[in-house]
Amino acid sequence: MHGLINYGLQKFFQAVHGEDVWSRIVARGHLPRDGFEPMLSYDDRLTDAMLAAAETELGERREGFLEDFGTFLVAHPLCRPVRRLLRFGGESYEDFLHSVEELGDRARLALPDLDLPQLVLEEAGAGRYAVRCRWCRPGFVPAIVGILRALADDYGALVLVEADKEARDGREGKIAVTLLDGTFASGRAFSLGVLREGSEAETG
Amino acid sequence: MHATAESGADDRGTAKEPVLQVPMAAFDRLAPISLWALTDGTITHAGPTLGKIVRQDLAGQDLFALFDFRQPRNLSTLEAIPPAGLRVLLRLRADPAIGFRGLALPIGGQVFMQLAAGVSLLEHLGAFALTAADFSPADLTSEILYLLEAQAAVLKQSRDLNRRLEEARARARKQALTDPLTGLWNRRAMLDLLETLIAARKPEPFALMQIDLDHFKRVNDTLGHAAGDHVLRQVADILQSETRREDLVARIGGDEFVLIFRSVTDPGDIDAIARRIIARLEEPIPFEGHECRISASIGTTFSQHYTHLDVDRLLEDADVATYASKRAGRGCHHIYSPRLREGGAAPPPERAS
Repeated sequence: MHGLINYGLQKFFQAVHGEDVWSRIVARGHLPRDGFEPMLSYDDRLTDAMLAAAETELGERREGFLEDFGTFLVAHPLCRPVRRLLRFGGESYEDFLHSVEELGDRARLALPDLDLPQLVLEEAGAGRYAVRCRWCRPGFVPAIVGILRALADDYGALVLVEADKEARDGREGKIAVTLLDGTFASGRAFSLGVLREGSEAETG
Repeated sequence: MHATAESGADDRGTAKEPVLQVPMAAFDRLAPISLWALTDGTITHAGPTLGKIVRQDLAGQDLFALFDFRQPRNLSTLEAIPPAGLRVLLRLRADPAIGFRGLALPIGGQVFMQLAAGVSLLEHLGAFALTAADFSPADLTSEILYLLEAQAAVLKQSRDLNRRLEEARARARKQALTDPLTGLWNRRAMLDLLETLIAARKPEPFALMQIDLDHFKRVNDTLGHAAGDHVLRQVADILQSETRREDLVARIGGDEFVLIFRSVTDPGDIDAIARRIIARLEEPIPFEGHECRISASIGTTFSQHYTHLDVDRLLEDADVATYASKRAGRGCHHIYSPRLREGGAAPPPERAS
């Protein structure tokens, strides 16, 4: 597993659930004492151990907190670069949906060894879409659901995002996205180019 | 293809009106960074994104007053633009970082310039609050901006990782080279420095001093290890206070120390330092109501006495000089000379004192 993903999960547990919870996850999962390095690679078993330990420590199945993790990636100030890189996908939420198929290629442009879930968009008309996800790791579909929901807020779009029930645990899944109103709220500002600190104000 | 595209034949570039019948608003979407100008350089229309980047209304302005042409150099009229077009590189005179590249093409009696952000402009585009709508969907500029940003983020992570690894390495090295009890360098650090000094292309003279504590075992045996550790820490303080920053003080065994004095060649200086060290070590060291009394036997050898420098040989000679001090009744200092080896084939056994 690319260290960036383990590192992202670590930051999520630390920022959202607290350092105490994180140190218990480290102890229970026999994870590296100093945490994960985003630029190194780790054995997949460490990711499994981290998620299993987190389930015990949080008393919650992984689909619950993995969706929060998806939200965290888009909405938390720590993940500003991730949000920005996602928003490069397009001007509107609809544009973004159409760009999800390029997401993996985009990520590989930046980090050639980063393997992300493969996403394919299906269009059913009248604002109804389905995002098919497939990944080598099982159980990550809820994280994609979290990203799709949080990005809708970010764009100011009103959408319904729902994963198929049978998708929750597997390596493949289908997420239904219904776009009710693409410009429901004003969303957060976004402009291309490397920004000065604070030049991107919250507007919605 | 639409009929309009077919009728836009190359040969009709001199027609009075633009051949392509496209509403300007739609054309602006196609080429948002572009401009039209009369052959004398008067700008008649500019694409909306170009206006945002140069931050002014361009229509009616003089192209050559605003922009400096770098290719072709100092272009000052648009009259001679060939029908097949001309590659242009231009910079805003008011801010040379704002540069564009593109193609100038005579169309319908005017000159059309389709432009793109020049390399120097790319890194500054963040300042213009542009969005994807400011570029043609066919233009990869926004992808380049994405890449620049992603690359900067990755680079920062790599730098952070390197810094953390470097700190860990420095910590590990420090741990590997120091004596945890006294904080002095250890045998390995001492050997490292000796080898470095010997291998130096322009050798720097130095003095190698060995110090064996006398009566230390008695302190340990009668007052315990805590007292012994306390004494060793006091000794370390004394040795450090009697040496300079560039010298090395190492603890190489239980009660054995080695000092390396750099750029020192005068036996008189070294003898004075050794005597001072002995005097200070012989002062009673208080520990939990007791007084610990020790002394030291010291031997020194000088690098300038050798034609060929060898670490083992230097250490052995310093050891011979130290044994000479022990034989002479302890609490004294000898400088190595071959004569000291004649004093006895083997160093005499340590006397209990």
